[in-house]
Amino acid sequence: MTSSRRDFLKIAGASALTLLAPSIFVPTWAEDAMVIPPGRAYGPTPALSARRWAMAVDLARCTTDCTDCIAACHAVHNVPNFSNSKDDVKWIWTEPFTAVFPAENHPYSGQALQKLKVPVLCNHCDNPPCVRVCPTGATFARPDGIVMMDYHRCIGCRLCMAACPYGARSMNYRDPRPGISAINPNFPTRAKGVVEKCNFCEERLAKGIPPACVAACRQKALVFGDVEDPRSDIRLLLEKRFSLRRRAHLGTGPQIYYLL
Amino acid sequence: MKQHKWGLIILGLAIFAIAVTFPFWYGKGKSTPPVLSLETPEIAGLARKECIEDKAFMRADHMKLLKAWRDEAVREGKRVYTARDGRTFEKSLTGSCLRCHSNKEQFCDRCHTYVGAAPSCFDCHIVPGEVKK
Repeated sequence: MTSSRRDFLKIAGASALTLLAPSIFVPTWAEDAMVIPPGRAYGPTPALSARRWAMAVDLARCTTDCTDCIAACHAVHNVPNFSNSKDDVKWIWTEPFTAVFPAENHPYSGQALQKLKVPVLCNHCDNPPCVRVCPTGATFARPDGIVMMDYHRCIGCRLCMAACPYGARSMNYRDPRPGISAINPNFPTRAKGVVEKCNFCEERLAKGIPPACVAACRQKALVFGDVEDPRSDIRLLLEKRFSLRRRAHLGTGPQIYYLL
Repeated sequence: MKQHKWGLIILGLAIFAIAVTFPFWYGKGKSTPPVLSLETPEIAGLARKECIEDKAFMRADHMKLLKAWRDEAVREGKRVYTARDGRTFEKSLTGSCLRCHSNKEQFCDRCHTYVGAAPSCFDCHIVPGEVKK
């Protein structure tokens, strides 16, 4: 059988037209019958909401040897504790003032400042580099400013760890469960091979309770609130006090304010 | 192709058909579908023994439901599911599913093992009272 160029083009054109068939005719067996209703935004208890969540750390109130915020956060979020520092997973931890604000440090700054330990955590940046580099969309910024991780989508590539200028992200190099002394059943653990970080306690905000570190701080050194609301506690503090942000010159727009 | 080799062609097709259908007829009758246990205190205390949707839907599509819950709860902050009959549930594997089906080994695992499914849900999500092996 021989076919002409003309016949070939006719068949090819007719075949291409059949691509339109699904838009004209959908048989019942091909319909996607399952529609899952999306549901309401939040639960029965009113959630805490804001236009822009942020936190202020009052260094005048924070006491050097206290680790209440770290203990509370890590217990609530099932953060493992391994003796090997290479396996460390950190959501909130402390660093010396000289490391947190290297540009503000000089050889003649006072002993008190040199010895100061500063609580550090994810800065929930306005312009988060981790979100920009994440190839799967596992890290995303919510409209209220929380930079959050969807662990389901994390492939463990660690680009976010390289991008974050604050070292606020930790990789699970091993199964975290053996490192958790008491598992909190209300929050999932992570698996080996995913990156994790502070989530500003979004799961607690959804239930209407403030972040675990803020609730645990007896000195009331951590102030959490809406910086877009001019009458919020955090805005009143920022109005009165001098504040520093970590490496703000990088343009990440960090939202953890350190009050001096 | 002047000499038709129909014999060889049919033989080849027959061997192909047998090889493709082999698992179906070989495995027939050798395994029995698992019996799922609903014997938990939570389910025993229910006035109306029904899951959040009807049994046929849950049996066939629970994984699609859970995937939709996963994305909506984590990414959109929509944490309450309204079932077709109007009841509401928290979108939570540990908090809602496993609250009733607290016998994961006699419920979830039996079927997943039978069909060879290995969902990674429980790598992270906690089964209350379970000690991970």
